[in-house]
Amino acid sequence: MAAYLKIDFVDKTFVRGSTQTEVLKDITLSVERGEYVSIIGHSGCGKSTLLNIVAGLTPATNGGILLEDREVNEPGPDRAVVFQNHSLLPWLTVYDNVKLAVDKVFSSTKSRAERHAWTMHNLELVQMGHAKDKRPGEISGGMKQRVGLARALSMEPKVLLLDEPFGALDALTRAHLQDSVMAIHQKLGNTVLMITHDVDEAVLLSDRIVMMTNGPAARIGEVLDVPLPRPRKRLELASSAPYLKCRQRVLEFLYERHRFVEAA
Amino acid sequence: MNMPLRTTESISALPAATAQVLAIPAKPVSLLPRLRTIAGNVALRVIPPIIVIACILAVWEVLCSRPGASLPPPSKVLEDTWELIVDPFFDRGGLDKGLFWHMSASLQRVALGYALAAGVGVALGTLVGQSTWAMRGLDPIFQVLRTVPPLAWLPLALAAFRSGQPSAIFVIFITAIWPIIINTAVGIRNIPQDYRNVALVLRLNQFEYFFKIMVPAAAPYIFTGLRIGIGLSWLAIVAAEMLIGGVGIGFFIWDAWNSSRISEIILALIYVGLVGFVLDRIVAAAATIVTRGTAAN
Repeated sequence: MAAYLKIDFVDKTFVRGSTQTEVLKDITLSVERGEYVSIIGHSGCGKSTLLNIVAGLTPATNGGILLEDREVNEPGPDRAVVFQNHSLLPWLTVYDNVKLAVDKVFSSTKSRAERHAWTMHNLELVQMGHAKDKRPGEISGGMKQRVGLARALSMEPKVLLLDEPFGALDALTRAHLQDSVMAIHQKLGNTVLMITHDVDEAVLLSDRIVMMTNGPAARIGEVLDVPLPRPRKRLELASSAPYLKCRQRVLEFLYERHRFVEAA
Repeated sequence: MNMPLRTTESISALPAATAQVLAIPAKPVSLLPRLRTIAGNVALRVIPPIIVIACILAVWEVLCSRPGASLPPPSKVLEDTWELIVDPFFDRGGLDKGLFWHMSASLQRVALGYALAAGVGVALGTLVGQSTWAMRGLDPIFQVLRTVPPLAWLPLALAAFRSGQPSAIFVIFITAIWPIIINTAVGIRNIPQDYRNVALVLRLNQFEYFFKIMVPAAAPYIFTGLRIGIGLSWLAIVAAEMLIGGVGIGFFIWDAWNSSRISEIILALIYVGLVGFVLDRIVAAAATIVTRGTAAN
């Protein structure tokens, strides 16, 4: 059976004037339906570029993206992105930010009342229904990220793309949000592709972890299966042997075999 | 703030119920001190300007009351123009009208010219902000034309339109349009990539993108341009009207000078200043209402 989402021999070279920078080289990855895949690597290894290519925001130099066996090369709501810096529109309320997406995606398939209900449903899903009339400037960073998640979920994407969604949050808020994402993934069975640089986060959330080598011309160095049963509990995992082993493997990859070279 | 909703709900349920009971007797008690602080704040803002104005008037009175003074003291101004102040609505035909009619004629010209400038300016600014080609083509022209003083356009406009009224409106238009174009273009160019990405993922069409992303995102810049524009329009109208004649505050001033009614000039200047201030406030207020939330990111 063909994979649900297939990243097929993707290369990416940035050209600026006469200098060419090869960022990604020969990236091939298959993601099954309902699978949670994390991509981890040092900063500057091109993992965000890879996510942008999947999202269709950046064109690949070579290769392409297949979603359900159809090539996708422009952005669309079937690959909703939760951006690193939330990207909520500050002049709209929390409700209107999500509603904008709902109205656009379901303009012909849902009635007005259904779209309202669907917007509220998604806000409740991320526990933000109570703040629906607030503007992004009036809520905390974690709450903004929840709303960003609600907006992405509301599009009913085939693949949910998370671009370091918890990167800018403090540790406690991050843990809360990770739990929320886990619960939502458990409930809805989304296919998720997440960029992260946090080893614990990758192991806790993912079914598979894709480890990228350092740039330039970053490749997929190793793919690790995380054989932990779901639902996962943060506290129980902290002392579980398979968890620690996975964590160890990722750490070894990142800090022994592919140490971050500042000059690169 | 990021606790699951269940926790927040159970906590907030209790104090909400008790707070209601407490709030009712508390209200009448808190009303008086609040009024007092509001009155205090108003006094703090109103008293200093009153004192300063009084001082200026006193100095002016003293300086201009000497025999042989070329300008009338405030008391004389008030005395000479009392008729104009108390009855701004008289109309004895021709140019002999109350100040209200002169003001309103000027304001109509400004309204027309400024509305045109706002429409065309935002459209051109959007074009220049959106398209690099248009920016490279038009920007040098804008940069040169915007330095041309408003009144320098008037003879050309008179030659083209062969009439005073459209020429004055054109001068307003050409004066106000440059800051509107330039600020709009900067606003459009500064739309964060994040918002563009959101639009791309949602597949907003050009029309939706313009109204849902571009206009609100650029609104603070556009309003900066509009605010500078209204100020410049009001500056230009007085000068333009002095030259084209007819009903209007500019010509009223010129006419007063020609008949040596210095007090009327002073009164007209005060009115021009006040109206200009009000116009600026109106645009500023519109900006606050429209861009509410945009600035507070």
